[in-house]
Amino acid sequence: MALLEIKNLTVEFSTAHGPFRAVDNIDLSVDAGELVAIVGESGSGKSVSMLALMGLLPWTAKVTADRMALDGKELTEMPQDQRRRIAGKDMAMIFQEPMTSLNPCFTVGFQINEIMKRHLSLTRQERDKRAVELMSLVGIPSPESRLRAFPHQLSGGMSQRVMIAMMIACNPRLLIADEPTTALDVTIQAQILELLASLQQDTGMALVLITHDMGVVAEVAQRVIVQYAGQQVESRNVIDLFDTPKHPYTQALLAALPERATTQHLPSIPGVVPGQLDRPDGCLFNPRCQYAIQACRHTPPGIQNGVRCHTPLNAQGHPTDPMGLRQKEGVS
Amino acid sequence: MSTPPVLQARDLHRHYDVGGGAFTKPTPLRALAGASFDLYPGKTLAVVGESGCGKSTMARLVTMMEPPTSGTLEIDGLDAVHGKKSRNVARQLRQTVQMVFQDPYGSLNPRQRVGAMLEEPLKINRPTLSAKEREEAGRSMMQRVGLRSEHYDRYPHMFSGGQRQRIAIARALMLNPKIVVLDEPVSALDVSIQAQVLNLLNDLQEEFQLAYLFISHDLSVVKHVADDVMVMYLGHPVEFGPSKEAFANPQHPYTRALLSATPMADPRRTRQRIKLTGEIPSPLNPPSGCTFHPRCPLANERCKREAPKTLTRDPVTVACHAVEEGRNEVVSSPRA
Amino acid sequence: MSTTTDVASASATRRAFDEFWHYFSESREAVAGMVFMIFIILVAILAPVIAPHSPIETNTDFLRKPPAWQDGGSMQFLLGTDAVGRDILSRLIHGSRYSLLVGCIVIFLSLTFGILLGVTAGYFRGFYETAVMRVMDVILSVPSLLMALVLVAILGPGLENAMIAIAVTYTPHFVRLSRAQVISEAKRDYVMASRIAGAGRFRLMAITILPNCMSPLIVQSTLSFSTAILDAAALGFLGMGAQPPTPEWGTMLAEAREFITSAWWMVTFPGLAILITVLAINLMGDGLRDALDPKMKRS
Repeated sequence: MALLEIKNLTVEFSTAHGPFRAVDNIDLSVDAGELVAIVGESGSGKSVSMLALMGLLPWTAKVTADRMALDGKELTEMPQDQRRRIAGKDMAMIFQEPMTSLNPCFTVGFQINEIMKRHLSLTRQERDKRAVELMSLVGIPSPESRLRAFPHQLSGGMSQRVMIAMMIACNPRLLIADEPTTALDVTIQAQILELLASLQQDTGMALVLITHDMGVVAEVAQRVIVQYAGQQVESRNVIDLFDTPKHPYTQALLAALPERATTQHLPSIPGVVPGQLDRPDGCLFNPRCQYAIQACRHTPPGIQNGVRCHTPLNAQGHPTDPMGLRQKEGVS
Repeated sequence: MSTPPVLQARDLHRHYDVGGGAFTKPTPLRALAGASFDLYPGKTLAVVGESGCGKSTMARLVTMMEPPTSGTLEIDGLDAVHGKKSRNVARQLRQTVQMVFQDPYGSLNPRQRVGAMLEEPLKINRPTLSAKEREEAGRSMMQRVGLRSEHYDRYPHMFSGGQRQRIAIARALMLNPKIVVLDEPVSALDVSIQAQVLNLLNDLQEEFQLAYLFISHDLSVVKHVADDVMVMYLGHPVEFGPSKEAFANPQHPYTRALLSATPMADPRRTRQRIKLTGEIPSPLNPPSGCTFHPRCPLANERCKREAPKTLTRDPVTVACHAVEEGRNEVVSSPRA
Repeated sequence: MSTTTDVASASATRRAFDEFWHYFSESREAVAGMVFMIFIILVAILAPVIAPHSPIETNTDFLRKPPAWQDGGSMQFLLGTDAVGRDILSRLIHGSRYSLLVGCIVIFLSLTFGILLGVTAGYFRGFYETAVMRVMDVILSVPSLLMALVLVAILGPGLENAMIAIAVTYTPHFVRLSRAQVISEAKRDYVMASRIAGAGRFRLMAITILPNCMSPLIVQSTLSFSTAILDAAALGFLGMGAQPPTPEWGTMLAEAREFITSAWWMVTFPGLAILITVLAINLMGDGLRDALDPKMKRS
């Protein structure tokens, strides 16, 4: 059985201009010890879906799911306080801005202690000892003195290490990392990614990495889920996805990377991600898709073989026609 | 290169005094310690480095928002350090250099309509133009950067990030500048939008023969756009040369480390990481000798004592003792 | 093409207004406050038309008449009469004009000088800023009513001088607020962009930065509006503000002081008028803050 199971997760926000569906019927299952990356541009709902899982969304959000279970325990039916106990202990989350995720008023040691006090039954001495262990585990030099430091005395990379130490303090089964390296410098990003990957391997926890950076995905992930405008459009293992993308959006996204460019002119995706007021009918990607046919403009595609597309691409990168739609419309 | 450079910078330094109250002495911060470079029409010079490397200081010097502490800066044949005292020269210089910022949400005035924003540079610098001529110029520039001129009277918050960056680019081009400083122009944008903006910048450069000073931390973008590249570390240029050579055969250990740390969208790539240990030191308290030595895998005693001089290793210039002593060949290049 | 532009920008303004109204109307108190304020403003404008009697004409036949619903009251004087036989309702109606006038002028004066000093202090920094801010600190260190009293004592009692005195005591708040706003806005990239385009100091301060500092200043203005009315009433009550027979609410209270036990209506109604008006403005100010402050906006 999968460690994390999500079925049909939908999140809607009520706004001044009516309801806005930020996450649209998302399924996700993560096995223990697996490293899954969720990749997407802004507005793809990648952070919101994980915040919904953690129960961290504001009251304006309406979360519905057929199933949202960690380790077989259904989260949606759980009383609030029980759910909060799980949210800090069995699943933990680190965020993009390490500088603002730590409370500036308290020392690093106090904050690590706090989380252990809440979730683990350890004595004070045991907690102090574990804090030092954790700090050296995440690669912080001279951990004893750093425990007495305030967050503003640490650099961005150090703060992110402290955040990671805090979040793995209770040996979580699942760690969600929301753009953990976006705010960091390149050489520091490499260090943090390596740390996360090795921690994941040593502890056997599952890691969900949320990112917009295809490079980061290629470096660390085993399985990739591509999201677009709140929907999952493709879900594959990492090598297949980069070699032979099946969804036109994935293909276009990879082609737009400067490092993959063959000419000075980059093949860009026209238009922008649809917002609240300009959601198209049919497939959400159809206005920007170079392969779109009439059927794409009025019928939303379902997910088949991990791809949400009427005409998934073949290994050569050309659209196929499993349902005979292109043939019916006379598109070659 | 037969065309003369449009900008010549020689040995630019910029120091700041940080802190210092009534009773304490301010600490000097060497934000930029000796940068020399030329910008040519139609060419892009990329400046690469991590935080604290002096990229932003360089942008402020080139846009003449701040004077250099020492060094010379010649823009379009005019002395940009001392010439600013004359009103006419100052005006001419101002129109030659414009800038596009990283964050398209912060760089557009939220209370100003797009039209007013585009017309502002003309209003200030070309007082002889009539309101109608200004509006025509603004609308045509808006179309040139791929926006609909019907949106001329809208406020910035009604545009997406990519569209805002187009507006910022249009504003920078209103005065027909010869040099545009691009401070991380695409790093706040989504990948699909990033490609659109890079293409636009490329087209505009060809059309107007613009010289770009492209500041970025993203090596994959730099590789795509740059003709020349300057790698900086803590205010010092460590490697400078044509981007093809600098990326294909990096000399300086920091350049190599940067290249190997940049994630590539290729899951099959076998990584031979050059691990950089430790943090970037604070520019307020830089290490002795070569500022890179505490993190450098090739550092020896000499690196701790002595700051390296700039060496010419055609076609690039490098500041590194290991390169001088030939010690850098033991570690094979990460992309070889 | 220009018509489509007009339509687009008109609908844009419309949408911005809709959004503002959505957030403003989320608070029922704010809407109630606004409705009452509109009512007061209408009353003030139409005072000569709707007031049943002259506010200063005395009538010795009807001294200290109680309100209409009490024994001895008459429908002629709905809220009774005061010690010299003036109709209290008419005086209250006319008094609303003075209260609104005090609020408007005090806000106008303190906002103008506050912005002038605050924006320049925040922009130029250095010695000038220190000098301005220390002077403001001195003004703030004296209790505001005491300060106003001293100023009125120097300038001489009267409504105009009271307004000037209150404006002086309010100016530091606006100076501080606009200075803090300017300091944070001046760091933003769009200011740098304007500088690179060649904008001079005046243009940067007045056209580029100032409009982005207005939201908190507007909120502070509405809240100060109500305290200005209160302070003017207090000065009037102490005999330093509007002079009799001006039907100013504070002055009315002062005149009624000696009849506090014998004729309750003479103190109650002016007091209620002050209370309700101030409350309405404060409620509206809170709603305005919620609607204008982007940090309060929910996704």
